[in-house]
Amino acid sequence: MMFDPKLSRFGSVALAALLVTVSPAALMAETPADTLVIADAIDDIVSLDPGEAYEFSGLDVVNNTYDGLIELDPMKVGELVPGLAESWAVDEAGTTFTFKMKAGVTFSSGNPVTAEDAAFSLQRAVKLNKSPAFILNQFGWTAENVDQMVTAEGDTLTLKTDQAYAPTFLYNCLTSGVASIVDKATVMANEVDGDMGNAWLHNNSAGTGAYVLKSFKPNEGYLLEARSGYWRGDAKLKNVFMRHIPEAATQRLLLEKGDIDIARELTPTDIEGMAGNADVKVQQDVGGQVFYLSFNQKNEAYKNEKFLDAMRWAIDYQGMADTFLKGAMVVHQAYLPKGYLGALEDNPYSLDIEKAKALIAESGITSPKVVMDVRNSSDRMEMAQSIQNTFGQAGIEVELNIGEGAEQLKRYRARQHDATLQSWGPDYPDPHTNASAFSMNADNADDAQTGGLAWRNAYDPGPLHQMTADAVMERDGAKRAAMYAEIQQTHRTTSPFVLMFQIGYQTGMRAGVENFFTGGATDSAAYWAITK
Amino acid sequence: MAVSFPFGPRFKAVVGFSVSLVITIFGLLLVTFIIGRVVPIDPVLAIVGERATQAQIEATRVALGLDKPLVEQFFIYVFNAFQGDLGASIRTGEPVIEAVARHFPATLELATLATIIGVIAGVPAGVLAATRPGSIADHIVRLVGLMGYSMPVFWLGLIGLLVFYGHLGWVGGPGRLDAVYDMMYDFEVPQRSGMILIDTALAGRWDMFSNAISHIILPAGLLGYVSMAYISRMTRSFMMNELSQEYITTARVKGMPEWRVVWVHAMKNVAVPLITVVALSYAYLLEGSVLTETIFAWPGLGSYITDALMVADMPAVLGGTVVVGLAFVALNMVSDLLYRLVDPRAR
Repeated sequence: MMFDPKLSRFGSVALAALLVTVSPAALMAETPADTLVIADAIDDIVSLDPGEAYEFSGLDVVNNTYDGLIELDPMKVGELVPGLAESWAVDEAGTTFTFKMKAGVTFSSGNPVTAEDAAFSLQRAVKLNKSPAFILNQFGWTAENVDQMVTAEGDTLTLKTDQAYAPTFLYNCLTSGVASIVDKATVMANEVDGDMGNAWLHNNSAGTGAYVLKSFKPNEGYLLEARSGYWRGDAKLKNVFMRHIPEAATQRLLLEKGDIDIARELTPTDIEGMAGNADVKVQQDVGGQVFYLSFNQKNEAYKNEKFLDAMRWAIDYQGMADTFLKGAMVVHQAYLPKGYLGALEDNPYSLDIEKAKALIAESGITSPKVVMDVRNSSDRMEMAQSIQNTFGQAGIEVELNIGEGAEQLKRYRARQHDATLQSWGPDYPDPHTNASAFSMNADNADDAQTGGLAWRNAYDPGPLHQMTADAVMERDGAKRAAMYAEIQQTHRTTSPFVLMFQIGYQTGMRAGVENFFTGGATDSAAYWAITK
Repeated sequence: MAVSFPFGPRFKAVVGFSVSLVITIFGLLLVTFIIGRVVPIDPVLAIVGERATQAQIEATRVALGLDKPLVEQFFIYVFNAFQGDLGASIRTGEPVIEAVARHFPATLELATLATIIGVIAGVPAGVLAATRPGSIADHIVRLVGLMGYSMPVFWLGLIGLLVFYGHLGWVGGPGRLDAVYDMMYDFEVPQRSGMILIDTALAGRWDMFSNAISHIILPAGLLGYVSMAYISRMTRSFMMNELSQEYITTARVKGMPEWRVVWVHAMKNVAVPLITVVALSYAYLLEGSVLTETIFAWPGLGSYITDALMVADMPAVLGGTVVVGLAFVALNMVSDLLYRLVDPRAR
């Protein structure tokens, strides 16, 4: 934003009179040395119960107050490291997994962590059956059978699965928030009406994490307090204070003044505006969301491979990423985000109008027209306009149908769109989460209502469906990664999906802040290593 | 023969008032409920998210009672509301009554302070302009009023923050307190009213009190300025109208001092319509000014209701609206009382 200083004086003349009465006392622009103050939009939080939390902001809290059997380490990206289990193994048949629990780890209550707590936590998440329960249900667990499938004896936890899945599939799913280990005694002591402590965990924590939830006020903020004796080593900062500040301009002002340490909702414009300020810096990471354009194959034209190919060459991916999306998106042309097992790193497509024109001529489609559904958010509308412009240059007329998100989702789920500009976020850090959505479709009939992305676009993936089903059962990790790479190669050259971007996170922080991890594409934020 | 009413006129007034209160609230609920239903947002989709199967969507619809006929949904809601149960927020599961109790004091504090500023600055300015029509003072008052009337508060708020907080550092930034106090506030200050100024004063925490003042002064000053613009314009026109009356001329001829003519004699009659003006502007501020709350990260009712509306969290929207409605009714009562006090004809 540019302000004319003359104008700003003019608008504030009247205020000056009111403000002379304010003493500049208590206006220290500095956060306490032992406290990290973060500004973010946290109104997405539904619950802080790890069995229910399923939104970005909620999972950030869960990641710092609880741990799982297997963990992701912010210092070792992409590696699975022992969490509350010190080792694990799978039997010959591939359906029985055993986990040996670490000794000497305690919950914030002081209770020791046992295999019994671990079994209870997984059983509880399945029985609660909240949003993220499906991540665990994929292994054949149900409220009825989970007590037999998940059992504890001594220091050993045994998990049985209904089929011999790829072990990495189970391990990856166990790193997600829903598989966090809770303190059985504390949780059950706070049970109300058979809710297994769910209501109490909305604003209390009972985990092994570096921090304890001290207070939570929906739409206002939360306060975390470090506990001593964390198994990874005590957190460096005593408190983490999160303030719900949705407005980017407000965040930037607070950050530049030093009233907050970290700002997580800055726009490319804000980042650019802070460029000359030595007191602040910007950290660039990628997140897990991918952005794509997809075409409904109920429209015959979108089954024409030449035409689909023409459109892939008629998008200015790099141009968008270098201008209005700068830092907020990076070009990424396959459905597994960078950071995932089997993700593709290369981006074969770029803007080539002549090539697109030639392909349209070959396709035999005359005067092509695309009606594109777009959500009414500024970045998506800009993306859509860029596509409209380059498609136009290639001879494809684009009509934009701009609407509210939930309304557009309804149309999309009912297969009523012609083309749609959408994003998709992975649900758990395993490739199957996106592969099952983009390249599996068991039944392409209108009444199948599976809700998968392939189905929504009336796309029959053919052999890709079985390949994806096989990949989730492949027990050799390297081989499994190669299978996903192959599936995506075919998918991005034949399907009605044009994958364009992976989301970028730009975190603004004070110059002295070190070791803040956003969690990248696979994990949530980690606060315990931060120093300032 | 007239039926004699067994209770006095005072009781009749109370009954009449209670009936109108119930009807007002009922009407308010009905309108909000209908609006909530025509908004093209599906709360079910908002809750279950992208991944849900058709079965999950249906189950959620049933769990929320959205499968029942609209009329039935409405009456279930009203029945619970009159028992003080406004339901739980769809999104956060927090009881709406608790959420509103957290957000309303922030708005009340801001709106009250803004209204006080608006009255203290607006009434004298309006009188000044009315007694010297066409003078420099009159022009200045009108210009300042026009500016407050026509400039977007959102923009003024940003400018104000940039200048007074960003560059000059005279006032606290967005939020109700600095982070260091904000963290301690819940644990160290008993929350008697939810209004930080009152609670910190009662607890004798003057360091926190002055910090809170530094944070509220800018948004309250801005909203006060907007309210002053309106109050001064109305005061000016009421006063000019009053000063042209015969009884004023008579008083002047009798040699009453001019200040007394204006501030006592005329003011008595100006006060009556002015009460309505002030009450209206106060009521408007009590709805919570969403844009101001957004810019100043002020956790008030306006932004709470708006956020809830965005995700079709109807219990939260309805609950917030009911509280705003109640505040309106309460304001009406107070202005009625004040009328009786100042208007000789009403006594």
